[in-house]
Amino acid sequence: MSFLRFENIRKSFGSFRAVDDVSLAIGKGRVFSLLGPSGSGKTTLLRMVAGFEQPDHGRIFLDGEDITDLPPERRKVNTVFQHYALFPHLSVRENIGFGLKMAGHGKAQIRTEVERMLQVVDLATHADKRISQISGGQKQRVALARALVNRPQVLLLDEPLAALDLKLRQHLLAELHKIHDEVGITFLYVTHDQSEALSISDEIAVMNHGRVQQIGSPQEIYEKPENSFVAAFIGDTNFLSGTVTATAADHATVQLDDTHVITITADVPLKAGSEVHLSLRPEKIRLCPVDEPPPAAHQHFSAIVEEIYYHGAFTRCRLSSGARRWLVDLPHQHASTLMPALAKGSAVRLHWHAADAFLLHSYHADDESIEDQLDELPHTTAP
Amino acid sequence: MKRQELRASLPSLLWLIVFVALPTLMIFGIAFKPANSQGGIAPGWSLAAVKSLADPHVPLILWRTAWISLATTALCLVLALPVAWTIARASRAWKSWLLLLVVVPFWTNFLIRIFAWKQILHAEGLLARTLKQLHLIAPDATLLYQPLTVVVVSVYSFLPFAILPLYAAAEKFDFSLLEAARDLGASRLRALYQIFLPGIRQGLITAAIVVFIPMLGSFVIPDLIGGTDSEMIGNKIAQRNFSDRNLPQAAALSAALTLIVLIPLVLKRRAETSPAPPTIR
Repeated sequence: MSFLRFENIRKSFGSFRAVDDVSLAIGKGRVFSLLGPSGSGKTTLLRMVAGFEQPDHGRIFLDGEDITDLPPERRKVNTVFQHYALFPHLSVRENIGFGLKMAGHGKAQIRTEVERMLQVVDLATHADKRISQISGGQKQRVALARALVNRPQVLLLDEPLAALDLKLRQHLLAELHKIHDEVGITFLYVTHDQSEALSISDEIAVMNHGRVQQIGSPQEIYEKPENSFVAAFIGDTNFLSGTVTATAADHATVQLDDTHVITITADVPLKAGSEVHLSLRPEKIRLCPVDEPPPAAHQHFSAIVEEIYYHGAFTRCRLSSGARRWLVDLPHQHASTLMPALAKGSAVRLHWHAADAFLLHSYHADDESIEDQLDELPHTTAP
Repeated sequence: MKRQELRASLPSLLWLIVFVALPTLMIFGIAFKPANSQGGIAPGWSLAAVKSLADPHVPLILWRTAWISLATTALCLVLALPVAWTIARASRAWKSWLLLLVVVPFWTNFLIRIFAWKQILHAEGLLARTLKQLHLIAPDATLLYQPLTVVVVSVYSFLPFAILPLYAAAEKFDFSLLEAARDLGASRLRALYQIFLPGIRQGLITAAIVVFIPMLGSFVIPDLIGGTDSEMIGNKIAQRNFSDRNLPQAAALSAALTLIVLIPLVLKRRAETSPAPPTIR
């Protein structure tokens, strides 16, 4: 049962098409993320729910009611803004109580509700401080409390953690998760950070160029990307493109190039001669010494180690076999057992299970260099 | 460090003492001196000038000065606010043009601009004739020489001084706060006076003082545009000084005006040191 629903939403700013025919249905009490690079239309969608932007076309429904034309103050949604937008002339307490005051609640009630919220976000000792006197993480919690205290039907979070440093971001993400479990309010969470989206969401819509690329659970998005954009944007991947040479019941043989022929499992019927594109996550690939046989049903090639990057929990390797390059992430344990053989310039055998290379429904060559493209986009940074 | 600070501020401190503090004290002193027949000060001390403030005329003029100044200040703020808002929200290219338009009147001499108003408001002027033909005012009505005329022309003269500090404050205002207020259930109007006005509080106070204080001492505009019933305290001081040649009485009026000016300054200070520091970030 959808609680918040977008129907064929379109929105342009001048000649820039920010949102291009988006339809989404979000269930009650869920954490739903809009994930995409800047300029993908995710924030525009969120601002339409808040009432700050009007769609050029399409309707938005909240709990069965068409809210498309309601002004922001008449919508039962509240926003946690990216840069918090806390009122500098009011104290922490007054900021949190602002919405209740606007709704016309009595002084006593506002006091109890604000007090309760201060407990939830653990800011009771800072209640009478000014906004300029508290830290970034505390500001973020005030912003959250100021929105939640009104018991909105949907809480809109616009890159709520983007202005914070990594450690604090992880801490507050866990806190957000906990608060969501406590209050049970529907969250619409906008972010460009895939790890944030994967860890907090029940469901994710990956967006690019104003369009929804894929909707699914974090597992589906990561394990079964439908297209090359999703595969490249969520985590890192190896793209394998080739021609089907032979097909069987549930698998097919694919010729990648003159020296690389692999077997893949396919959930859709494939025709011999057709072109296919696969995504193979770097952590699905394993390495072993060249003279050792790989496990059964594993695809394997011998390759030369080009670069080794130590990441602590895992080790990232770049390898090459002929003209082909491979990105491999090895868990710490696996990397250390290989250690004498794993050295720059040494030959190893890389292998993966046939089922781990995932067939993409659509593919754009541009997506292979997605990091470079994202780097060119204007970044939104904290002031 | 302390000594360095003192050395650095010494020139301005000397300037303030010699050209502001001492003359002000002298004015307060002269108010307690007797006048002589040549328009100077006689030796000895006298309360005659201070007592002349009890003239029933004086409170009337003080009252008129106060209300004309207050009305001008209020109108300036009301008119300057939307202008400051618009300029602050304009694109960068537009901003500089709009600011230029605000400042352009300064390129014309103040007196010439006042005389231009005399032409506009003259009984045979375009405005008066048009209004009469449209039967919007009585055939014998005059637009010039009234307290309200003084207010209108003063608003015209002081408006840029109100716009600039309000613009400076609005420029620094984070307009996303208004979205946050709307998001939390405030209507457009409520967001305006609960979030925007407190947000530009410093600018409002500065604009009010920049208009109100010169208005209290204003005498050119009422002299040229106002009639006998729009005389302000500045005119009275000028008259005591130049026509009556009674320096102590002029000094007594000036001293009274200075005290009136000090009141809003003290209020501003108190507002600044109140537990609600108006620092806008």
